[in-house]
Amino acid sequence: MAVNPSSVPSVGGGRLMRVSPRGAGNGWKAALFMLPSWILLLVFFFVPIVLTFYFAFTNLSLTGTSSSAVTFVGFRNFASMFSDPTFRVSILRTITFLVFSAIIGQQVLGLLLAILMNERNRVFRSVVGVLVLAGWVTPEIVVAFIFYAFFSDQGTLNTVLGWLHQKPVAWLYTFPMTAVVVANIWHGTAFSMLVYQAALGDVPKEILESAEIDGAGRLQRLARVTLPIIKGSIATNVVLITLQTLGLFTLIYSLTGGGPGNKTETLPIYMYQQAFADYQLGYGTAISLILLVIGILASLLYMRMLKIDL
Amino acid sequence: MPRVSRFTLDKVLAYGVLALIGIVFLVPLLWMIFASFEPNATLSITFPRSWSLANFAQILQQPANQQAFLNGLLLSLGQSIVVVVVAGLAAYPLSRYQLKYKRPFMYIILFSTTLPITAVMVPVYELFVFLHMTDSLWWTMLFLSASGLPYAIWIMKNFMDSVPLELEEAAWTDGASTLTSLRRVVAPLMVPGIFTVGIFTFAGSWGNFFVPFILIQNPAKLPASVTIFQFFGQYGSVAYGQLAAFSMLYTIPAVVLYILGQRYMSAGFNFSGATKG
Repeated sequence: MAVNPSSVPSVGGGRLMRVSPRGAGNGWKAALFMLPSWILLLVFFFVPIVLTFYFAFTNLSLTGTSSSAVTFVGFRNFASMFSDPTFRVSILRTITFLVFSAIIGQQVLGLLLAILMNERNRVFRSVVGVLVLAGWVTPEIVVAFIFYAFFSDQGTLNTVLGWLHQKPVAWLYTFPMTAVVVANIWHGTAFSMLVYQAALGDVPKEILESAEIDGAGRLQRLARVTLPIIKGSIATNVVLITLQTLGLFTLIYSLTGGGPGNKTETLPIYMYQQAFADYQLGYGTAISLILLVIGILASLLYMRMLKIDL
Repeated sequence: MPRVSRFTLDKVLAYGVLALIGIVFLVPLLWMIFASFEPNATLSITFPRSWSLANFAQILQQPANQQAFLNGLLLSLGQSIVVVVVAGLAAYPLSRYQLKYKRPFMYIILFSTTLPITAVMVPVYELFVFLHMTDSLWWTMLFLSASGLPYAIWIMKNFMDSVPLELEEAAWTDGASTLTSLRRVVAPLMVPGIFTVGIFTFAGSWGNFFVPFILIQNPAKLPASVTIFQFFGQYGSVAYGQLAAFSMLYTIPAVVLYILGQRYMSAGFNFSGATKG
């Protein structure tokens, strides 16, 4: 993280920056103030990232001979990873989980809630809002228990189906991916709802009104006016939620454990199984490197989209 | 006439869909609430015949659970304090001084806020084993602090930018040192920011399962988030009522903190607007 001062553009961009009255010579003082955060970030954040790139190319393991003698194995971890059908399946599971729970589920439901709540009765709006927020505030592990009970054989969902004269379904065995997707939508939608509520609040009323005068219907105004205006918020929110969902472990691990079989084994679960259940730390690190690289790319995309002037 | 009826239809449809979504969100929660007050609870949802506190009492009376809540409190409180102090110190020069490396530093901070922590847990575990730091609440707390720092520095800097420099100049004229003016002038004006960062750090830490699950094995040192998971594995299938009560007890602090945090968030949201992008 060496920074070459001459290559750095002047600070503040267009913003007028007041020079500290204490004048020059603040460099060492600034460094001293930032030292504790530098140390913490270096030891616990940047060193592990560097270690990921190193250990991913070793045969490090928790047991056996290689636990004491770590050897460089080149791309062997990656070669065995790409020839392992379980890995390919887990990539597929990750994409399925991501698309249905985060991109389709949370975005569509969050946007729908924000649109429907716009200009509705305040009490009604806040009651529904609180119910959606309850899912967000509930810790992931509790979300897993709640949905374990909800989807269990004698659980709430089958009780409701019974009222409708339907046969009970063994949800967690027959449709485990649906179960984790639903649980994650329940847990995560509130965030998108809040983001879209804020975004809708920024849509100028005059534009909507003039569109209405011009004869645009409700759906037309949404598709032609509102959505184009808030598309920036949608894009950044999709990337942000993707990043969060990519690293999701607790909810899936405690609801299904990645099973039955490997039906809900996303990348983080696969990584955990290889590194900690099978003691193949080097191989596990290679999987985390894949996660890390996807994460880094998505982070860079996110930062480009924000277009913040620092 | 058709215009009016269309308008009411729209309205009814909107309220109907909203009500339906609300109910769908409420229903999964009901099992936990009902079961926690029912000593003989099963996985099926039943309205408790007599609202009993027996499940809560049983969970709270076990010394292991008390220890777990205490461990969770130590981790979360420790992390919040470290994060607020360290991020506050780092935010000061970033907000007040003209620094050559400010822009890249802020970019690194922003970049770090979004990286999934899951991706580095395997190497972090290796680091902890190598440095003999596993099974330690202290080191786990410091790792959690580091993972929460980027977001905290970002928010703190934005809050600090809104504190007028003139007030500090007055303190400097009176001979106060930078650290004194930070503590006596800037910090009191940043109470909403400090509470926002502190509360959200605490809530995030309280709900974190993965990090202590990987870094701590000693049962006596596990926080409630992991103990509750093990309780489910050991007694869950026989004592659903207790599991529900445990879950409720564990969730309540998160709810309370969120409500508290909301108050400070709305007070400070206008000047932390930069995070919305």
